[in-house]
Formats: sequence, C-alpha cells, structure tokens
Amino acid sequence: MADERRLPIAADVDVVQARQQAREVAAGAGFTSGDQTVIAAAISEIARNILMYAKRGEIILSVVQNGDRQGVVVVARDQGPGIPDVGRALQDGYSTSGGLGLGLPGARRLMDEFELTSVAGKGTTVSMKKWRRLT
Amino acid sequence: MEVPILKQGHYLIASIQSALTDADLSQLREALIERVGRFRSRGVIVDVTALDVMDSFAVRTLRDIAHMARLRGPDTVILATQPELAFAMVQLGLTLKGVATALDLEEGLAFLNQRGEGRLEDRHPPGGRLDRG
Repeated sequence: MADERRLPIAADVDVVQARQQAREVAAGAGFTSGDQTVIAAAISEIARNILMYAKRGEIILSVVQNGDRQGVVVVARDQGPGIPDVGRALQDGYSTSGGLGLGLPGARRLMDEFELTSVAGKGTTVSMKKWRRLT
Repeated sequence: MEVPILKQGHYLIASIQSALTDADLSQLREALIERVGRFRSRGVIVDVTALDVMDSFAVRTLRDIAHMARLRGPDTVILATQPELAFAMVQLGLTLKGVATALDLEEGLAFLNQRGEGRLEDRHPPGGRLDRG
C-alpha cells in the first residue's frame, strides 16, 4: 500500500497536522467531504488524548481495500501510562483530565470500527476504520 | 495563529480564518473576554465557517466563550455550522446548548440588534429616554 502516513504526535500543531493529513487521505480514498470531516474529528480526539495522557505517540494512516469496500485505517499508538479502566474510558462523560469525556466514545461513534488495547505502564493503541462502498 | 478580533460599534467580531490549535482557541477565548470588558461590548460574533474541524475541544471553547461573555452582559452568536460539522458534533455527543447560531454575519447582527432593542425597552419603558454622560 503506497499511501501510508506516519505522523508523530508531540505538540499542539501535530494534532492540527494529523486531522489535515486525515482529510487528504480520506479524500484520496474517495470519501465525501462530510465523511472527511467526520474522520478528521475522530482523529482530532484521539491525537489530543495522546498529547494529554502520554505526551507523545504516533498516528498511522492508511487506505485498505476489502472486496467492494474501501476504508481509511487509523492506528494511534503511544507508550504512555495506559488506561486503567478501559470500560469507563469509553463511557460518555467520564474524564480524568477535566475534559468533557467525549473523546474516546465520540471517536468510536464517528468511525465504523473501533478497537482499543491498553496495558498499564506500557501504553495504548487505538485502531479505527471508516468504510465506504465502491460503486 | 492569532484570530483577528474586529470591533464594530458595540459588537466584537472574531473571524476564524484557518485551522486552529487548542492553544489558539484558548487564546481566542481569553482575548474575547478581555475585550468584552474593555469595550463594554453588547454582542460577540464568532465566525467558525473556516474552522477545519469541530471536535470536543472546539465546541467546549465556543460554549465557554458564550457563557463567560454572558456573565459580563453580551450575547454571543456563532456563525455558521456547516452541515457536515453539525453531523460530526452530533455523533460526538456535543451541542452548543444555550448558544445562538446564525448562518451568516447579517443574520448574526440582526439577532444581536433585536436582542439589544429588547433590552433597551426593558430598561427604558416606552416614552422614557436616558441621556448618557
């Protein structure tokens, strides 16, 4: 797959960069402008979480094809402290940072597939996919 | 990137021209609230039509601006949530509850003017007139 982009996340501007790159990749994969916005919003939440909880990490964007579907794949990885209670972290309104607590659950609703693995002291990986039908 | 804030009569107009970082958004909030106090503004308009994404931080900051401004008097109008931004907001579980929105500057100004008249009438019953300083 030619279109794989690795984006380091270590500062405020990287979050903006990540959602702009996401938009580009999604546009390249034929997503509508509305879907590009949705994907960009989900990535914005995930990237901000990396910054807030792990200080640094990376986001990898790629495009996959699966039968008559094409998708944008987002993998966000950090070596931060991990999430002690993944179940609660995915609940609306739960936050340990004083935020709105909508980041993870929001991103999950925006995307078609969402997977979160976290190991205390080792880090967190979020994998998300958004699909569109090829016509 | 700093967002320019224009003073138009009794109103402040902040027009976001490009993508903003979280820090830029926080800076806009501080600058607007400071100016509301300094100029005793009667209305605030924030144009977000050019904002690249409406995520939880952006919505929270806009809501903060509106609520903080309200404590000092003026109403805030947010211009104009594009349909796709609105969709992402709903999916994220975000609303701009209690915050006025308008589609363009004209509509936003009309809303503020209407609110202003309403309040002047409250203060000065028909026939009454207040001569300032």
